[in-house]
Amino acid sequence: MIDVTYNEKKDTRSGFGDGLTELGRTNPNVVALCADLIGSLKMDDFIKENPERFVQVGIAEANMMGIAAGLTIGGKIPFTGTFANFSTGRVYDQIRQSIAYSDKNVKICASHAGLTLGEDGATHQILEDIGLMKMLPGMTVINPCDYNQTKAATIAIAEHHGPVYLRFGRPAVPVFTSPEQDFEIGKGVMIHEGIDVTIVATGHLVWEAMLAVNELEKEGISAELINIHTIKPLDEEIILNSVRKTGKVVTCEEHNKFGGLGESVARLLTEKYPVKQAFVATNDTFGESGTPAELMKKYGLDSTDIVNKVKGLMM
Amino acid sequence: MTLTQLEDHVQQTRRDILRMVHAVNSGHPGGSLGCTEFFTALYGEIMDYSTDFKMDGIGEDLFFLSNGHISPVFYSTLARFGFFPVEELKTFRKIDSRLQGHPTTHEGLPGIRIASGSLGQGLSVAIGAALAKKLNNDDKLVYTLHGDGELQEGQIWEALMFASAKGVDNLISTIDYNGRQIDGDTKDVLDLGNLRAKLEAFDWLVLEEKEGNNLEKVIAILQKAKSETGKGKPVAIILHTEMGNGIDYMMGSHSWHGKAPNDELLEKGLLQNPETDLKDY
Repeated sequence: MIDVTYNEKKDTRSGFGDGLTELGRTNPNVVALCADLIGSLKMDDFIKENPERFVQVGIAEANMMGIAAGLTIGGKIPFTGTFANFSTGRVYDQIRQSIAYSDKNVKICASHAGLTLGEDGATHQILEDIGLMKMLPGMTVINPCDYNQTKAATIAIAEHHGPVYLRFGRPAVPVFTSPEQDFEIGKGVMIHEGIDVTIVATGHLVWEAMLAVNELEKEGISAELINIHTIKPLDEEIILNSVRKTGKVVTCEEHNKFGGLGESVARLLTEKYPVKQAFVATNDTFGESGTPAELMKKYGLDSTDIVNKVKGLMM
Repeated sequence: MTLTQLEDHVQQTRRDILRMVHAVNSGHPGGSLGCTEFFTALYGEIMDYSTDFKMDGIGEDLFFLSNGHISPVFYSTLARFGFFPVEELKTFRKIDSRLQGHPTTHEGLPGIRIASGSLGQGLSVAIGAALAKKLNNDDKLVYTLHGDGELQEGQIWEALMFASAKGVDNLISTIDYNGRQIDGDTKDVLDLGNLRAKLEAFDWLVLEEKEGNNLEKVIAILQKAKSETGKGKPVAIILHTEMGNGIDYMMGSHSWHGKAPNDELLEKGLLQNPETDLKDY
């Protein structure tokens, strides 16, 4: 059984904010930009400590992406902050040309990703952003699972040269990874070893997958759980090693099944080790207003859905 | 450099533009020819830069071409002023070239700091570079060029609003005001209205030069713009130019925006601009 006791719940966006604050103290080249969402992105402390290294662009995300690209030319490491929807779809061409194609060292930091944004509804609940970003050549795509991992990821990407998409969320979720973790971009984390099925999860779904692993164990199914915080580049080795053992895989993400982690895993396995796969993801749909828990249940993204998908594969 | 030498650059660059687009039967000669004097003034007289290219450009003036389709004039200018061998102009738009259809950093061509082509993005990038200069206590300037048609892109107006609101006063943005775009005259496609009033309403300091293909006047307006930097406002130059300038059959129409001359018209254009001491590539 996985130990699922925890001391506190915290939002992953606060992990970003606290990571950024630490970077402000340790890396003089880090600058931050925001498009009128300072509070939502938890950027207040960085701004308080480094007012000269903060750029408030107003509600103008395209301009923000361009300014970030330009700042890199003078050796700065810009972190842009807005909601995931406005960090990707709204500014896709700016990211594509001025950042990715131009190989600019911009860190695109995106909060309120996925359904768990909640009551604001589908206009703000992007479920396509992982796909949009992973399609860009040279883009690194990271979706950490809790407060500690998001903080560690924020600090780690400052040391990585190249464009990064860092995706995190709004709701408070259990804090279960170590505050001392060594975050390695592109390296999956083995959470629990098992022999019957491999569960590959990212972001908020890692916690749900942990609950699912315990539920399955009660029913005599031994599931292996891997936390894939970096969707691109994908840790192929950890996934292949696991499915060679289990022969089955369930991918879990708060994202459309088209274009997300699940498709990346399917592509890998089709090329190197074809096995049966099931997808816990949204099914080509927009979201809607509701509480995060209600939405995760309605759209098939909670631990019960993971258990059911695993059982479906076992039959 | 003497004015005669700079005039030779202009003429040689016109030949380069014609020959480059003719060789691959594609590319954008019209806007390139309209901005030849501007580029020559910028790289021959105005900017302080090193041809020992470093991406960060610290301690140098920087230039960003936002309307990337006029790459022929940019490439010719960079080559003629020493950023890379002039012979490389032969590779324009060909496979395995650093001289892509639109400028890019991707192939590592010296002198290019951002990809452009998808319009409306260069002003934002330049603002970022200008902000970095301020953070680095670097008192050099940042220059941009934009097509007038390009101003129809919304991002430009986000950037215009930002630059004045935040006092980005180490920035000089020139508008290639030729009144033409692919589909026709700008006033017919989407009229810019009173551009000067719009830029002034966005709180930029606006200069205007009616003779944008007069080299001396282009140099003078750029020098005037330099003298206006550091005073709290970004500086714009509305530069009235003629698309296809220097090639009689291209002038007075939008039709040579993105079309290469055939063999006969190439010869005609070259005869109007004889080879200079700088020599053809």
